[in-house]
Amino acid sequence: MRQNPGYIVSPELARAVEVAVHLQRPLLLKGEPGTGKTLLAFHLAEQLGAPLQRWQVKSTTKAAEGLYVYDTVRRLHDSRFGDGDVKDIERYMSLGPLGLAFESEARCVVLIDEIDKADPEFPNDLLHELDTMSFTIFETRRTVVAKQRPVVVITSNNEKELPDAFLRRCVFHFIEFPGPDLMAEIVRVHHPDLDRTLVDAALARFFRLRALPGLRKPPSTSELVDWLSALALGGVAPELLASHGLPFAGTLLKTEQDFAIAAKRGR
Amino acid sequence: MLFARFFYGLRSAGVPVSTHNWLALLQALVHGLHGQELRGFYEVARCLLCSSEAHYDAFDRVFAETFRDVDVQRAPMLEALRAWLEDPARHPGLDAQALAALQALDLDALRRELAERLQTQRERHEGGSHWIGTGGTSPFGQGGIHPTGLRLGQGGGKTALAVASARRFADYRRDRVLDTRQIGAALRQLRRMGRRGDSSELDIDATIDASAKQAGDLELRYRPPRKNDMRVLLLMDVGGSMDPSAHLVERLFSAATRSGGFRELRAYYFHNCVYGEVYEDAGFSRAVSTGSLLHLPGVHWTLIIVGDAAMHPSELSMASGRWWAAESGHSGLEWLRTLRGRFARSVWINPDPPQFWNARSLAIIGEIFPMVPLSLEGLEELVASVR
Repeated sequence: MRQNPGYIVSPELARAVEVAVHLQRPLLLKGEPGTGKTLLAFHLAEQLGAPLQRWQVKSTTKAAEGLYVYDTVRRLHDSRFGDGDVKDIERYMSLGPLGLAFESEARCVVLIDEIDKADPEFPNDLLHELDTMSFTIFETRRTVVAKQRPVVVITSNNEKELPDAFLRRCVFHFIEFPGPDLMAEIVRVHHPDLDRTLVDAALARFFRLRALPGLRKPPSTSELVDWLSALALGGVAPELLASHGLPFAGTLLKTEQDFAIAAKRGR
Repeated sequence: MLFARFFYGLRSAGVPVSTHNWLALLQALVHGLHGQELRGFYEVARCLLCSSEAHYDAFDRVFAETFRDVDVQRAPMLEALRAWLEDPARHPGLDAQALAALQALDLDALRRELAERLQTQRERHEGGSHWIGTGGTSPFGQGGIHPTGLRLGQGGGKTALAVASARRFADYRRDRVLDTRQIGAALRQLRRMGRRGDSSELDIDATIDASAKQAGDLELRYRPPRKNDMRVLLLMDVGGSMDPSAHLVERLFSAATRSGGFRELRAYYFHNCVYGEVYEDAGFSRAVSTGSLLHLPGVHWTLIIVGDAAMHPSELSMASGRWWAAESGHSGLEWLRTLRGRFARSVWINPDPPQFWNARSLAIIGEIFPMVPLSLEGLEELVASVR
């Protein structure tokens, strides 16, 4: 996988992507919030020059919605008021993200985002469709077969355990929280023009803060990037960070308890 | 055979590798996705054989054990080593002492030493002159600048073995104690979905039925959305021998209140054993009779008791924690049995690691309640036992 200038991958993740694309298996990404799981799909699509179909999963999402939705209410409505051709059921079928990717002439990247939000049975309901890359629209008996097997990227925040049968079929990668070196690279991508001494001081301060025991929500990459913007805009001097100050703490810490911990032990 | 040893090594270390995953790995190797190097093989094998970060640590250990010798035996590296050892004079910048020391090393010694260092080295390492890692002047590892610049493997990064031996994933093991989010995630598996509340969701099937009955005249039917129906009664032991576990119990409590998403959660405190009264606060000032808990309104209650269950056996047969007062009434043991009888689904969580479960009171309580440790594995057991 070519390194995208806007997105830094570890060698392990690059390999996992390569394996997933070659073996045509879904890539399952887990990791702390803010480690770039969702972004990876966007950048992968960009690199492959493939359209992206994003399926944002919620607690109420049903597996079938990713394939197609049959708008019965509209059909009923039309039949009642005589609008449109009610006999043509196809008019009331709309394909979901997975269905659209199957029908697409070009190879797509499908992002199934936060799969763990849904019911525990949700992943199992997709097994067959992801295996065969086809499904049948029950109402019209039409079978939709993928013209090009899409690249499937699935993210999970680990809120629920995923079923074993589903896990077996995936290429799995856990995105570790970036170490100082990788983080410095990531920051450089987002803030190429920032003063090096400020960046170094901020990074050191950031990792010291994250290492505090007992933080409820340790700040992540995206918070660091925001914080750097704030520091740059506020014209904060690097020396202030070295002397244990924590300006704009609100961009990094999100709970009262964390503020208390940082105030007590962060000095 | 080496790969078979790897496969069974993983399985006996608790990584649930199926033949399905194994075939996928072989397929990947046939495709050459590992780039003919051990580091690549490590990456490919890990993403196909591990389905959870909880297995990374065991995977790393087995990988380092199985392939310890492989990296050393690899032909190109041996060739380079040989050339290097035969002609150290080609490398200027070495002082006489270093040169003599290098010449004194033979290949076997070097190989033995690498194996030895891999065995003793446990932390990630960068720089320095002894351990294996990146940079530095040790003869093993990646990107060394001195004395020869010999590199293991190709490209940037560390060798597979150095990566595997770093054991950076030890924190993700399942038998470790948990943070609030993990507890919340485990508790959420207790969900029991049911429909209740306002009818705000269109019930398509009922609508079609109703409309058909009216000969096509549209009649919309609504139903309540699906919500969690589970109720949880949480009883927590505080004080005394539980003090070291206080932070764990606090995490469990905050996870249950914040992210459990239960229909109802009632939490009470007790000390040592449940007697006639439990308390709404950890300071034991607002008492609630234990008897009233037996008549909680509503269905689908699950009882979760948290405590180390470590006490003198006589404290189980007493009627209160006040051992100096001979009180009458139910003994602690009787209360526990009564609670167990009322709540078909109940479980005892013990924050102490199982290797310390040897007090006699523990065996007695263990006969009444299924007991699990406060770890991810334990909570999974809990979910399985109350489902």
